[in-house]
Amino acid sequence: MTKIALNLITGRTIQQGVAMEGGKEKDAYTKACGIIELDLSDLKKLGAWRNTNVRVTSQYGSVVVKAIEATQGPHPGLAWIPMGPWANSVTNPNTYSTGMPTFKGVPIEVEIAMDEKILSSVELIQKKCRGEIS
Amino acid sequence: MTKTVTDVVCPFCGTLCDDLEVVVSDDGKTIVDIYNACVIGAEKFMHAQAKDRVTRPRMQQPDGSYKEVSYDEAVEYTAQMLAKAKKPLMYGWSSTSCEAQSVGHEIAEKVGAIVDNTATVCHGTTLIAVQDVGIPSCTLGEIKNRADRIIFWGCNPAHAHPRHQSRYSIFPRGFFTNKGHKNRKVIVVDPRNTATAKMADYHFQIEQGRDFELLSAFRVAIRGEWLPDTVAGIPKERIYEAADVLKSGRFGIIFFGMGVTQTLSKNHNIDNAIMLTKDLNDYTKFSIMAMRGHYNVTGSGQVLGWQFGFPFCVDLSRGFARYNPGETSSNDLLVRGEVDAVFVLGSDPGAHFPISSVKKISQLPSVCVDPHITPTSEISKLHVPVAFVGVEVGGNCYRMDNVPIDARKVVDPPEGVLTDEEFLTRVNTRVDELMEAK
Amino acid sequence: MSEYIIKNGFVFDPVQGIKGDKADVAVKDGKIVKNVSSGAKVIDASGKTVMAGAVEIHAHIAGPKVNVGRNYRPEDKLFTYKPKSKQSRMAGGFSVPTTFKTGYEYARMGYTTAMEAAMPPLYARHVHEEIRDTPIIDEGAYPVFGNNWFVMEYLKNGEIENAAAYIAWLLNSTKGYAVKVVNPGGTEAWAWGLNCLTINDPVPYFDITPAEIMTGLMQANEYLGLPHSMHVHQNSLGNPGNYTVTLDSLKLAEKIKPNNKFGRETVLHSTHLQFHSYGGDNWGNFESKSKEVMDYVNKQKNITIDTGCVTLDETTTMTADGPFEHHLTELNHLKWANVDVELETAAGVVPYVYSPDIKVCEIQWAIGLEIALLTKDHMRTFITTDHPNAGPFTRYPRIIKWLMSAKARKEMIDSFKHSAKMIDATHLAGMDKELSLYELAQMTRAGPAKSLGLSNIYGGLAPGMDADIAVYNFNPEKEHKPDEIEKAFSASAYVMKAGIPVVIDGEIVSNGNKRTLWVDTKVNENPQVMRDIRDKFLKYYSVTMNNYDVASHFLTNPRVIEVDAVR
Repeated sequence: MTKIALNLITGRTIQQGVAMEGGKEKDAYTKACGIIELDLSDLKKLGAWRNTNVRVTSQYGSVVVKAIEATQGPHPGLAWIPMGPWANSVTNPNTYSTGMPTFKGVPIEVEIAMDEKILSSVELIQKKCRGEIS
Repeated sequence: MTKTVTDVVCPFCGTLCDDLEVVVSDDGKTIVDIYNACVIGAEKFMHAQAKDRVTRPRMQQPDGSYKEVSYDEAVEYTAQMLAKAKKPLMYGWSSTSCEAQSVGHEIAEKVGAIVDNTATVCHGTTLIAVQDVGIPSCTLGEIKNRADRIIFWGCNPAHAHPRHQSRYSIFPRGFFTNKGHKNRKVIVVDPRNTATAKMADYHFQIEQGRDFELLSAFRVAIRGEWLPDTVAGIPKERIYEAADVLKSGRFGIIFFGMGVTQTLSKNHNIDNAIMLTKDLNDYTKFSIMAMRGHYNVTGSGQVLGWQFGFPFCVDLSRGFARYNPGETSSNDLLVRGEVDAVFVLGSDPGAHFPISSVKKISQLPSVCVDPHITPTSEISKLHVPVAFVGVEVGGNCYRMDNVPIDARKVVDPPEGVLTDEEFLTRVNTRVDELMEAK
Repeated sequence: MSEYIIKNGFVFDPVQGIKGDKADVAVKDGKIVKNVSSGAKVIDASGKTVMAGAVEIHAHIAGPKVNVGRNYRPEDKLFTYKPKSKQSRMAGGFSVPTTFKTGYEYARMGYTTAMEAAMPPLYARHVHEEIRDTPIIDEGAYPVFGNNWFVMEYLKNGEIENAAAYIAWLLNSTKGYAVKVVNPGGTEAWAWGLNCLTINDPVPYFDITPAEIMTGLMQANEYLGLPHSMHVHQNSLGNPGNYTVTLDSLKLAEKIKPNNKFGRETVLHSTHLQFHSYGGDNWGNFESKSKEVMDYVNKQKNITIDTGCVTLDETTTMTADGPFEHHLTELNHLKWANVDVELETAAGVVPYVYSPDIKVCEIQWAIGLEIALLTKDHMRTFITTDHPNAGPFTRYPRIIKWLMSAKARKEMIDSFKHSAKMIDATHLAGMDKELSLYELAQMTRAGPAKSLGLSNIYGGLAPGMDADIAVYNFNPEKEHKPDEIEKAFSASAYVMKAGIPVVIDGEIVSNGNKRTLWVDTKVNENPQVMRDIRDKFLKYYSVTMNNYDVASHFLTNPRVIEVDAVR
């Protein structure tokens, strides 16, 4: 299975903001935040179609999200996941004595995971906290 | 027939727009429409009306499901939890009023808690940098009226502060800037070609994470000293050009966000950006401003400041206030297992903390006070719904430039739902009784 | 409420002319009365000094720049943090104390009323939130006017009545107390990185001079008949040779006559005069001009001043004199914070170390004390440190020690690294005047209260006045070592605020029932000014007009001083 290495940054989007205010347990939030934006060239390297489920893994964790084409690109080598529980499943929790986890600039590997489900925010967090998924 | 409530303050982000107009039904009970808000603010007001609002506290059962309990039971659980804990964490505070924050602080002082707000995952590194090098800044109206050089460094207001550019930073026609955006030059520094970058005169598509180098290069360039051919992926010619653009302005501003606060260099990035601003004051007038996220994270920092002397990560557990981000910060405390209870109000760490911290919250006695169902509420032992500040109850809030604006009440909360202040006041009274008994 | 009788103390009350006689002070229902019943609680003040609660006329204790000072100086909280007690919240901060500490420390020293020196109108709500969280002491705040766009435009056109209408509107809107002027014109210039260093330097674009601003505001102040006079921090603060700018500014008051129903006899209050009494033209030949300045102040009876005494501590400077703070950071390279406030003002914050090993600091220390000792009318000179600019207010007992003991001053001068050069540049070493307790009471109680137009409420022990009383462990009939003076005034034996005991033996026993003072001025309807206000909110402010006003729920126990300026 092809794995590509990318640099992950996370942050706000309008859709994330609207969906958040509408209720994080709802579908709209999963659609807005359970995604990873990849540059077209990286999608090609991965061998994935747009809107394919992918597994994102870092030193700190793993999560399944939907890969879409970068909306604010081009940014080859850079991946974007909107802030939220999917992003935080893989971000770097180390604060290096500043109190601030390292939400931007996390090395990740991405591979196609077409048969894996994208969980809702509540399901994702509950399962991870209970140790049902890692 | 409907009524229009004007001068409504939007309780979403640090832009704290105060010109919203909310149309309510004649009986004053329902929000019918909203004008002037951005799409996120509009969603906040409209969603407050959702039929599936949680209106009573919910206690986690052994099988993981939630059962409705009364507010009295919720007060009892919360007060017991806080009074019994040796070192509870009271986190959040950014999506509530200063009046509520103040009551929370009274409780924290009594039970010896850590009080921390969302700056800990947002502009906390800015606060640290300010403590090292200060900060030359101004109010947003000064930008509107005077600024002709605007830098957005590591922030994307088109997505995160949608009305910022039309109300303050690019488009408004102010007293000395009556040609609006035609008077202004905009520079955006961002590793992506963001929606904000598309509005810029100059986009520096920086190599991600190399802001410290580029900030240093700017400081070198304004002094006209030697630079290598490229810095952080930007050719030196463009850096010198930008330096000239900045120095030739009458009044400049650097707005900055998570692109520099959350990347590896953290507070050092902000330190450098502030020093760049200070350096620019040798040539022309320049200011710098943090794009604060939550609508009242700034207020939490202000209230903590005047009551305890520190803006976040305040440890009251020894009976007097101590401050040491990295030691007394929420994520570090959680990961190291140094708190034994978690009280969350006015934020959602379940969604916005790294998962390793969230796992710890789920293992501890925990209370989540939030109008919404959130990842935090769904792993806490108790979820207490409350009214939306700025929609269903008023309260003082502080904008990203520290200007205080008193948010309004537009409609009543759902039947029987308490406000943050009311819930905290009840908890405070009960904590008094429990501490007395101790 | 209760009855108390404070018996047998040595009373110093300039309002009634009592100069240390043994007398009783009777209290009933929060006021001083002539007599009380035999059931009154007796407080034994034998061998102790009794005065009215002191009145702080100028300190930076509540508001946005104060909080910048707190939040950006975590190091200011080291070593001195006090845990909470049954009656008090935890309290910390040396040069910029938290609001709880501010209330408690003032009360412990016998201060019962304090005025926040500079309120940026756009941030008024913040000032009032901090006032609410400052226990025990009554407080008011002075909005700043000297760089305000409305004021500059009206005064440029000589429209005193319009300026007065705007002042009334702004005081009502911000719940403010007086007309404060800081670095007139210069702080607006600072929005472009410039300054006004003499009273005739024109303000960029607005083309009005500091002289015109100060004169116009004094005229507007008297047109309205406000309780306090125009309160000014002159241009060119801190610069060698600035005493000429000071004298030029003070002379502007010569033609103005006081007009008010509050017993105020002065038209200009010149604040922290120490910072404005410098001679020489560089730090090398820097010298005291306190004699020249005080010669004028002593002659000119319609002026009051406060000293701004340097305490020789590490402190935090903060002022609406934005350009000065930038100048200071260029001098000492310590962290600099700045905020320019749209249409209104600015503020700057920079830490500063007043070291007894630095000649300039030694001279500054001397100047502040000289001003106090050279004064001929102790009802017109008040003791301050411009807290925290020249030092923390908690050093007042130390200042009192220096002013009451020539020996204490000599000890300090002898300990200075550059005493010979310092003596050459100042007058203090040759002055043997020691303040009496009566003069102290004038300079810290009756004088400030009268200047604020509150002489029927605060600053004295006459029947009908508020029962704000301080009792010190200081027997005026005994000899005292200088340090005993400082000790006695640091921790009062007994302090009562509005008839409620708040301090006993230096400890806080109650949070009291503090009040917020503000001035509500009625003027004739002025459609033009209202239109100008609406216009500027629509076009230039970043908040709406309806969101600017400070709602009444922000005011703790308001005590409204009504002014009727309707013609």
